[in-house]
Amino acid sequence: MAGIKIIKKDVDRKTYEALAEICPFDAFSYENDILEVTAGCKMCKMCIKKGPKGVLVLEEDEKVAIDKDAYKGVTVYVDHIEGKIHPVTLELIGKARKLAKVIGHPVYALFMGQNITNQAEELLNYGVDKVFVYDKPELEHFVIEPYANVFEDFIEKVKPSSILVGATNVGRSLAPRVAARYRTGLTADCTILEMKETSDLVQIRPAFGGNIMAQIVTENNRPQFCTVRYKVFNAAEVVENPFGTIQMMMIEAEKLISKIEVLEIIKKEKGIDLSEAETIIAVGRGVKSEKDLEMIRILAEKIGATVACTRPGIEAGWFDAKLQIGLSGRTVKPKLMIALGISGAVQFAAGMQNSEYIIAINNDPKAPIFNVAHCGMVGDLYQILPELLEMIEASETKDTISEDSERMAV
Amino acid sequence: MKMLVCVKQVPGTSNVEVDPETGVLIRDGVESKMNPFDLYALETAFRLKEKLGGTITSLSMGPMQSKEVLYESFYMGADEGCLLSDRKFGGADVVATSYTLAQGVKKLGNFDLIVCGKQTTDGDTAQVGPEMAEFLGIPHVTNVIKILVANDKGLTVQMNMEESIEIQRVPYPCLITVDKDIYTPRLPSYKRKLAIKENPEIKILSLKDMYDTNEKNYGLSGSPTQVERIFPPESNVEKISFEGDGKMLAKNLFNILSEKKYLG
Repeated sequence: MAGIKIIKKDVDRKTYEALAEICPFDAFSYENDILEVTAGCKMCKMCIKKGPKGVLVLEEDEKVAIDKDAYKGVTVYVDHIEGKIHPVTLELIGKARKLAKVIGHPVYALFMGQNITNQAEELLNYGVDKVFVYDKPELEHFVIEPYANVFEDFIEKVKPSSILVGATNVGRSLAPRVAARYRTGLTADCTILEMKETSDLVQIRPAFGGNIMAQIVTENNRPQFCTVRYKVFNAAEVVENPFGTIQMMMIEAEKLISKIEVLEIIKKEKGIDLSEAETIIAVGRGVKSEKDLEMIRILAEKIGATVACTRPGIEAGWFDAKLQIGLSGRTVKPKLMIALGISGAVQFAAGMQNSEYIIAINNDPKAPIFNVAHCGMVGDLYQILPELLEMIEASETKDTISEDSERMAV
Repeated sequence: MKMLVCVKQVPGTSNVEVDPETGVLIRDGVESKMNPFDLYALETAFRLKEKLGGTITSLSMGPMQSKEVLYESFYMGADEGCLLSDRKFGGADVVATSYTLAQGVKKLGNFDLIVCGKQTTDGDTAQVGPEMAEFLGIPHVTNVIKILVANDKGLTVQMNMEESIEIQRVPYPCLITVDKDIYTPRLPSYKRKLAIKENPEIKILSLKDMYDTNEKNYGLSGSPTQVERIFPPESNVEKISFEGDGKMLAKNLFNILSEKKYLG
């Protein structure tokens, strides 16, 4: 059984306190002078690395190593709704090409749906070596069972090494279902991907809900799965002379049977798409009450911004859930982002750190938002904003006055 | 109608940081709370119970302190609670967690419906629900934003997609993960808390209680992913910062916005 093993249980209280201090998950107990590791342990191994020596040891299982050479190819799942390919797919193809190059693997795309063969051709322009197409009427709409079965069929026949899936609603439903079927690793919402020469995919993501990045590998399972959000990577460049091929795939009819029945598809009305917004003012916990949003909306109107928020804004019911930025909301990449009263936990920062220019206003000089901001202002937004609005007002009146006087002069 | 809701105890704040010097995690407070997304899952089950009758079991996995969230679910309206707790479950990644939960569900009996929140606020993966459904061999629907029909055969639900809503009819047994806004969660009732003189006993299941007692399938041993290292995120390089009174900062901000052609 792998885990943290205590080799010296009868330690003194000081040793326990030292360990309790280091452990971020409160996973040590000390009763009757006996030290124990509780079920709260998340195996961050901090106690092994930083704790007192000679107390703990990391016990690892001996595993039968799998033959990684039996698995070839970096695969991208083609995310689409009724044949319309989601742009995250092209971003993943761009990344897959870089990853595959390190180990000399081909880049594959897995495309399942109905009447999609023409769109599959299009993918070859982005440098995919082979597109595997399952074009079946039963795959017209996304339903978990047949989609997972097709995925399984593909893995059985092709044996890919890595699989990249867009973290869309479809991807977040499908990838875990298939990963569980193979009892293999799946890392959600990766922000950095690298490839080791052993074909282990290095997956980096914000973790533990805080300001921490975790580097994760799937050392002894294939295929290895990860999901990546839209707008994290750059789209693949078009290749001049596409070289890839299309392979039509067959699958047994019974694998396409589903207990779930799709009754209807309703197109959503096009609302504000935050991930497309070029200017965003985001408000956080530092904004005290809903009526304070008024001055922020005035500023937003002046600079042509969309007002969005962090998680508390949704929890308080001030904003539509679509307007939340962060890992549990939208990932945004505007040209200008103004963060008002936002502390900037990784949860939020990961959703906006690719913004071109970030201005942060926060009265806590230690707020982590200042680590990602290009322009940091330590101050009270309740003083700054009214002043700013006054200045804007004044400059506008001045402009009109000068225009008027010019007219007078003429 | 036999329903099960998965709940998780998560840190009350998400202010965990890494000290860049020592690499040690710094925790800000140790309070914990129920994962906010689970409140929607519980509420969904309560509404279905009001309509169809039946029982609601809340299930959690974690150290003994996690009993707290199960008690909270009682005060909201759950009938039974079960905690999967074993040192050998520790260090579990998504696969091992989902497998353990699925084993717990199998042990507790046959459920018609399992409801999970969309994701947790600490792990943030949104993967445990679908993986559990796979281990249980039942269909799942994620991102459910509305239940249109609920009867003794199954559910008709709206699944939220980026640009559309897919209406699916799914028979029991099945698992759904519900999105925020499905229903407004009720608060834990103080009256109910008083009315429940004695908390229902929470069933504790450990590895030895499971059908599969092979410890290699649980905790760290059963986790295909390994965390190689943790580190603080990189900060931005070129940056300017301002301090001063409101007027001065407003002036600076005004200048930046004008310079970037957002004003004037």
